[in-house]
Amino acid sequence: MGQAGIVAGDGAKTAIDMDSAKGEPAEAAEMPLLRIERVVKRFGTFRAVDGVSLDIHAGEFFALLGPSGCGKTTLLRMLAGFEGPDEGRILLNGKDIANVLPHERPVNMMFQNYALFPHLSVRDNIAFGLKRAGMARSEIDARVAEMVALVKLEGLEKRKPDNLSGGQKQRVALARSLARRPQMLLLDEPLAALDKKLRESTQFELMELQRRLGLTFVIVTHDQEEAMTVAGRIGVMDSGRLDQVASPRELYEAPHSRWIAEFVGDVNLFDGEIEAREHHRLTIATRDAGMLVVAEPRQGVRKTTVSVAIRPEKVKLSRLGPAPDAIASQPINRLEGIITDVSYLGALTTYKVRLDSGAILRSSMANTARIDIDAYNLSQRVVAWFTPDDCLVLEQ
Amino acid sequence: MSGRRIFARPARLGAIAPYLWMLLFFLVPFGFVLKISLSQTAIAQPPYLPVFDLTQGAAAFKTALTALSLDNFRLLVSDNLYVFSYLRSLVVAVVATAILLVIGYPIAYGIARLPPRWQPIAMMLVIVPFWTSFLIRIYAWINILQHDGLLNQMLLSLHLVSVPVVWLSSDSAMYLGIVYSYLPFMILPLFATLAKMEPALEEAASDLGAPPLKVFWLITFPLSLPGVAAGVLLCFIPIVGEFVIPDLLAGSNSLMIGQTLWLEFFTNKDWPVASAAAIVLLLLLVAPLVVYDRLQRAQLEGAR
Repeated sequence: MGQAGIVAGDGAKTAIDMDSAKGEPAEAAEMPLLRIERVVKRFGTFRAVDGVSLDIHAGEFFALLGPSGCGKTTLLRMLAGFEGPDEGRILLNGKDIANVLPHERPVNMMFQNYALFPHLSVRDNIAFGLKRAGMARSEIDARVAEMVALVKLEGLEKRKPDNLSGGQKQRVALARSLARRPQMLLLDEPLAALDKKLRESTQFELMELQRRLGLTFVIVTHDQEEAMTVAGRIGVMDSGRLDQVASPRELYEAPHSRWIAEFVGDVNLFDGEIEAREHHRLTIATRDAGMLVVAEPRQGVRKTTVSVAIRPEKVKLSRLGPAPDAIASQPINRLEGIITDVSYLGALTTYKVRLDSGAILRSSMANTARIDIDAYNLSQRVVAWFTPDDCLVLEQ
Repeated sequence: MSGRRIFARPARLGAIAPYLWMLLFFLVPFGFVLKISLSQTAIAQPPYLPVFDLTQGAAAFKTALTALSLDNFRLLVSDNLYVFSYLRSLVVAVVATAILLVIGYPIAYGIARLPPRWQPIAMMLVIVPFWTSFLIRIYAWINILQHDGLLNQMLLSLHLVSVPVVWLSSDSAMYLGIVYSYLPFMILPLFATLAKMEPALEEAASDLGAPPLKVFWLITFPLSLPGVAAGVLLCFIPIVGEFVIPDLLAGSNSLMIGQTLWLEFFTNKDWPVASAAAIVLLLLLVAPLVVYDRLQRAQLEGAR
C-alpha cells in the first residue's frame, strides 16, 4: 500500500503521502503547518496519548477519528494549548509551541458544546477574540458583520445564546472561532449536538467554508461517516495510538487492521491459514467459509495465519450463482447459505446469510429499482459470491 | 390562577405551607412589634401602654388605637445615639462583607477547580468548625487574642514584638470575629455558582486570546454574580443586626444597632423604642433585598 504516511506509534518514520487526496498540497515535502512528534500525554499512569506522530499540511481538512476515550480530544486539546505533552514535540510552522499559552496561539477551537458566553450577545461573542487582539472598533464591526454573513446569522446579532436554537448556536460558535482568522481551526465534535438532517447539511457547509477560506481544519469525531464526509485525510486513533492515517477511500478499502476494518463501516471477517500462493493470488483455508481465493497485497504477507475481510456491499447474492462473464475473467469465491435476516433501509437492503458452516455472511445490495420482483426472502437458499479483488488480507 | 384551582389538589397545600409559616412566625410577630413600637413606655407589666384588652370590646380597641403615636420613631431620628448606631452597623456590615468577598471568592474558586473527588472534602473543612457552638468559638477567639493569649505568645516567641499587643476590645478583633464566623456563608453560594460553571467557557475565552486575568474579569466574575449577590446578602443582612460578636470582641465606645437595641430592651426596659429601632432596622435591610430581587428579575429577563 503506497499510502499515507505518518504511521503512528513507536515513532515510525514519516512518509510522504502519495495519495492524491483532496486538500493535499503537492509540495508535501516542505515543512508542514503542524508536526506532531512522538507525543505522549499521561494522566497518572494512564497514557491518554501514547506516542503519536503526525503531519498536517496547510489547507488540509484533517479528521481524528476514534471511539470515546481513544485520546483524540486530548490530542486536540494539546494543539489548543490546554494540555501540554509529557514527551515529544508539537511544531507549528516549524516552531515548538510547548511553552506558548493558549491565548497566544494562532489557533482557535470550536468547543463540543460550543461554550458560548451566556452573558454576551451573539455580536459580543463573535467580537470577543477580536477585542482581545486589539483591533479598532470599526474593524471589529466590519469583521463581525462579515462573520455573521458567512454563517448566515443576520438579524440575530443582539440575541443572547440562550435564545438561539441548537443550529444557530453551532453557527455562532463557528463564527466566533473563525473571526480571528486562525492558522488552524480545531473542531471538537462540532456537530454531535445536532440532529441527523441538520448534521448532514452542516457537514457540507463546513467543507464549503474550509475550501472557501483555505484554512486548515482539524476535526475530532467519533462518527466515521462524518469523518469520511468532511475530511481529506483521516487519522484513526485507538488507546492513545494513531493506527492509520489515510484518505477516506483508503481507510475503507484498505484498512491496516481488523480493528479499523470493523470500526470504519461493516465488514465480514474470516480467519484462516494461507494454503497456496500463485499469480498474486492467495488461497486461504478458512474455518467458516472454506477455501477463499484472494488478491495478494502488494507489500506481501508475512504471516500464514490471517483474516480475510470482505465489505458487505462487495458480496453479491444470486439464486443461481455468479454471472458468466465474471467467472470468465477470474476465479470467483462462491458460498451457499440461507437468508436469515432481511433489513430494508431504503437505499439499501442488508441480508444476513447463514453459511453451511453456520457462520453469518452479511451482504448489502443497493435498491436500484423501485419495484424489485427479484428481492430475496427469509429462508431462501442463495449463492453469495465475490471476487478475489474484493477481499482484503489482514495480518493483525 | 383562580383561588379554586390553588386548592384543587392536595399537592397545592404544600405550595402554601411556606406562606402559612411566614404568616405565623413572621407576619404576626411583626404585627406585635409594630404595635409596641407605636406605644408609650410605662412602668407596668408589660412595660408599655396602651394594651389591647380584647374583653372590653371594639370600643376599647378603638380608643387604644388613637393612643398610638410615632413618638418613638421621632426619637430615633432626633437622637444621635441611634443614628450613629445605624450608621456604624451599616459601615461594619459593608466593610466586613467586602473583606468576606475578597477572602471567600478565591477559596470558593479554588475549591470549585479542585478535582471532583476532593471538593466534598474541602467543603467539609469549611463547614466542620460550625459543628462547634458559635459562642464557644467566639470565646476561643477571646482566648487567642487576650493579653497572654496564643497570638501574643507566638509573636513574643518569634521576637516580632517586645511587649504583648492589645488585640481585644478593638474593631480589628470584631472584624476578625465577624469574618471568621460568616466566611462559610460567603463561600457556599459562591462555590455553588462557580462549580456549575462550564470550564470550557474559561478555556474558550483563553483560546480567543484573553490572558488569565481578562478571562477572570470578562467571563468568570460576571457569570458568578448571582453567587456573589447571594453570598453578599447572606452575610450583609445578619451582620447589620449582629449583637454577640461586637459585644464580646469590640470596644464599648461605639455600638452597633443590635447592641443599642439590646440596651434599650433589657437595661432601659424601653420596649417601644427598642421595637421602633427594630422596625427601622428591618426597613433598612429590606431595601437591599428589593434591589437584589430587581437585579435577579432583570437577569432572568435578559436570559429569556
